[in-house]
Amino acid sequence: MTDMTYTIALMGNPNTGKSTLFNVLTGLRQHTGNWPGKTVTHAEGECRHRGTLYRIVDLPGTYSLYSNSADEEVARDFLLFQRPDVTVVVVDATALERNLNLALQVLEMTDRVIIAINLMDEAKKRGILINTKKLATRLGVPVVPISARNREGIDALLDTVDAMAHGRINTNPLSIRYSPEIERGIAKLLPLVKEVMGDTYPARWIALRLLDGDTSLLQALKQPPQPLIKEGNAYACCGSIKSI
Amino acid sequence: MPAADPSNRFDRLMTEAKSLAPDNVREQIVAAIFQTSAELYRECVTHTNSVKRDRTEQIDRIVTSKRWGFPIMLALLAAVLYVTIAGANVFSDSLARLFGTIETYLTMAFQAIHAPDWLHGLIVLGLYRGTAWVVSVMLPPMAIFFPVFALLENYGYLPRVAFNMDRLFKKAGAHGKQSLTMAMGFGCNAAAIMSTRIIESPRERMLAILTNNFVPCNGRWPTLILLSSLFMAAGYTGGWKTFVTAGVVVAMVLFGIIVTLTVSWVLSKTALRGIPTHYTLELPPYRRPKIMDTIIRATLDKSLYVLKRAVTVAAPAGILTWVLGNLHVGDTTVLAYLADWLDPFAKALGLDGYILMAFILGLPANEIVVPILLMGYLSAGALTEVDGLHSLKRILLDHGWTWLTALNMMLFSLLHYPCGTTLVNIYKETKSAKWTFVAFALPTAIAIAVTFTTAQLARWSGLI
Repeated sequence: MTDMTYTIALMGNPNTGKSTLFNVLTGLRQHTGNWPGKTVTHAEGECRHRGTLYRIVDLPGTYSLYSNSADEEVARDFLLFQRPDVTVVVVDATALERNLNLALQVLEMTDRVIIAINLMDEAKKRGILINTKKLATRLGVPVVPISARNREGIDALLDTVDAMAHGRINTNPLSIRYSPEIERGIAKLLPLVKEVMGDTYPARWIALRLLDGDTSLLQALKQPPQPLIKEGNAYACCGSIKSI
Repeated sequence: MPAADPSNRFDRLMTEAKSLAPDNVREQIVAAIFQTSAELYRECVTHTNSVKRDRTEQIDRIVTSKRWGFPIMLALLAAVLYVTIAGANVFSDSLARLFGTIETYLTMAFQAIHAPDWLHGLIVLGLYRGTAWVVSVMLPPMAIFFPVFALLENYGYLPRVAFNMDRLFKKAGAHGKQSLTMAMGFGCNAAAIMSTRIIESPRERMLAILTNNFVPCNGRWPTLILLSSLFMAAGYTGGWKTFVTAGVVVAMVLFGIIVTLTVSWVLSKTALRGIPTHYTLELPPYRRPKIMDTIIRATLDKSLYVLKRAVTVAAPAGILTWVLGNLHVGDTTVLAYLADWLDPFAKALGLDGYILMAFILGLPANEIVVPILLMGYLSAGALTEVDGLHSLKRILLDHGWTWLTALNMMLFSLLHYPCGTTLVNIYKETKSAKWTFVAFALPTAIAIAVTFTTAQLARWSGLI
């Protein structure tokens, strides 16, 4: 399967060292690309690990996936419509609690997630100890401690990406328990969502977004953007379009 | 995906979702997520050396605390203003003397080449004297205030201000980010209007736009500082005088913030009804700024920018004012005629005709209100050479100023319509002539109402 390319999305709050990780992964061979119809630019690059070629996409840093701003919509739409093979959520070890908010939201959208805890060196310096094993168990997805600027943990991260991309990791993502009112609403909407959207999209998440009155999401779902085909590496998409 | 008329099915889904959603759905969702994060954090993270806690967190615990957040904010603002006023007094007088000397030489030069009187009047008494007043009165406070403020900003304090204000804005039914755009407004309202783009909800964005000019911008700080130092601390001497002066300006800023919150609250209950949305505000770590760099940059970028704007607009305005002041209709000048015409209304607001005219002619830029006022007064006969703050106060006293005049001019400056540039930006951002008009009329109405009330109260209670 040497002609198979997997798409890896990098997500995270602003200032978590996402771009540092991106540069470490891709070397200096990255080029920036514009998604159709959006003005926000993303860095995109390639990375080869154990014979597999990966397309790495650096999404804009966001705090949430609610349709609050153009950046958040771009990140959300990428997860929803481009369906990366693996989504790496980069979190800041020194501000884990705040960063987990986004990670939890990503877990609602896709189960192919790896949490990369960056800035571990900084956390160690400040005496912050993170039980990554326990966190992985609780979140139900792999958690890899790294330090992007010192290039620590990058191999372990890539091995995990490799395993997940090739389907060797089973995940069981943590599902947030909402208030009884909201859970009742989700339960009622779920069959309707599945009827209208089919199994293509994460139904529970969509039901939740609809309850929140997210009309921009509905607009996006009505007219899903064309799958991205970039000149020169059109092959990159073919690998990523497959049903979950 | 089912093909049959998908958009209809989508709409039905949305209607269904709306009927199922509880009122505070977003709050419940956010609360559940935050709670889960907090649980995970408690279970998986331990701090080994709790003594050596992060410095930024330590500082933030104090400066954003409920008890100390606001006192510290006010104290810092007062300190910045104290330094500004104390420093500006010294600087201003010597600068004025320098301009006075230059004027003497200029007049001698005009006499030497036998220039006609009207030319000397236009160039020296109109253009030069007007410009010299602007520079000597406005440059010193700006040259101190902006760099000190910029140091505070670069150290990372402004986001903390926004954080403290956030609670209040939410209570007023506005978006917490409005505190950020308001902080921008302390620099320049026109720029702050652009910055309201960070607020996504159109309703909350409109609130931020309509209330932005209630905080003093670069163009109005000098007016507030100047009038406060001339009139508000007359009974005090030495350090106390400066302290009281700074206190009055702080009170003005507070009053502006109170008006901002009140207007936001009233609007969010009436014309712009709705509930505030949630957001996360990142508090960047404190960084020691490059001190010299910041000072030089603030001086060059801000002080000179504002001064340049003031001079370029004030110079033509100086000529216009001089012409109006020397063009006679019957036995009175056009300027005096206009000022007289405005006088009854202005007096009701505790101002006078010249002040109101200065505000009207000053629409293009707030920086030129004081210069135009001075030119108006000077052209009306009281030919005063540029001679520092003391003679400035004498000019104002000669024209019947009292502390009430100064107070109401400060209030009017704080509350009145935004400058021309800001109005243009409001139109560009809202694409609505109606809302732009509201952004003009609402502050003006408030300015008139407030100054009218203080004037009547002061007269009624016999303070004046």
